[in-house]
Amino acid sequence: MTNTIKALLETIMDPEIPTISIVDLGIVTGIESKGEKQVRVELTPTFSGCPALKIMEQLVTEKLVENGYTDIEVKTSFNKQWNTNMISEKGLAALKKHGLAPPPKHKGYIELNVLSDTPCPYCNSRNTELKSPFGPTLCRSMHYCKNCLNAFEGFKPLG
Amino acid sequence: MMEFTDKHVLALKELLYKMADDQLILGHRNSEWTGLGPMLEEDIAFSSMAQDKIGQSLALYELLHELGESEPDTVAFTRNDNQFHCSQFVELPIGAYDFSLVRHFFFDHAEAIRFEMLADTVFEPLAMIARKFKGEIKYHTMHADIFMKKLAEGGPESYGLIQQAINDNFGLALGMFEPGDYEPELIEAGIFGGENTLQTRWLAKVVPLLESFGYIVPKVENSEPALGGRKGFHTPHLQPLLDEMTEVFSIDPGADW
Repeated sequence: MTNTIKALLETIMDPEIPTISIVDLGIVTGIESKGEKQVRVELTPTFSGCPALKIMEQLVTEKLVENGYTDIEVKTSFNKQWNTNMISEKGLAALKKHGLAPPPKHKGYIELNVLSDTPCPYCNSRNTELKSPFGPTLCRSMHYCKNCLNAFEGFKPLG
Repeated sequence: MMEFTDKHVLALKELLYKMADDQLILGHRNSEWTGLGPMLEEDIAFSSMAQDKIGQSLALYELLHELGESEPDTVAFTRNDNQFHCSQFVELPIGAYDFSLVRHFFFDHAEAIRFEMLADTVFEPLAMIARKFKGEIKYHTMHADIFMKKLAEGGPESYGLIQQAINDNFGLALGMFEPGDYEPELIEAGIFGGENTLQTRWLAKVVPLLESFGYIVPKVENSEPALGGRKGFHTPHLQPLLDEMTEVFSIDPGADW
């Protein structure tokens, strides 16, 4: 039952990064279903100030309504705190496809110098520099590749 | 975990209010740099930090709501200045970039340590939020450190401006650690280690860091902390900010957005 719901949620893309589904992004932290039409979904924010979260809640609700669920609860919670290790392998590839350098895997603690040689998503060179830890959305940083001379964005690692 | 008494709940609420109000007010101050930053990256940085802070204040106001306080929007947008518990430090106008940068450096290092301390609080809902925030704030302190260092190395003009801003900001910053009415209760219950501990840890972090960049840090004993904010005594700068923040909301408070 929850697998059917998960499959539905896999078709919902992040509104700010349309190549990655919310399931691959790792923000779906709970799916419970006690009856055929009943479902409870828990989401967690990537960054607390992320404005896309309300839209994602709405997208989830709409998707469940379309598929015949009538007793729906979609809740945002900090019970399981999101970190970038929760992005699936498929999700990491999807980020790269969108031109965003995927965040490196970490062991719970982020060493900030990992940002200083983020591999370029276009040419894979590590001869890059961090321009700013802040970018067009809260989850992105800005970089410059000294090899292929492209500016690029990275998805910031979060512990 | 020990049983919370009424006094512990009051202590917890006082703590949450001052953190949430600091985040909301400094978030709005930071947002005033949108479109005015000295360079595009700084414009984006201050705007992003504003967004983080206002998002974090919402999570804290929601926690207060769960403890019986009003809805977050009501709390954020319908109180007058004397009902706010932010430190005076965060409400001051943005001034020139050097003032805002140094404030950001001092504030975010304090905030990073505060949330590190709260990651182990016995009040689990706050611990979960604190663990989340400390990862986000790491980017704020990183940003502040990079620019404090860059401007120290930038020549006598930038060094002089930042040194002056450090001198001007230091006493104001110490006002962040104004003790609340329930420090013993917070410490005894394991909710929070207290403002004194926070100040000690903050000094141990920022003083050596600034000295490593080549700045001279004023002495605590020679500085006058800007107190009063935690108890509702504010500078004349807060109310006009609140009026501006709530200008649209006040036209039609019951409007559906």
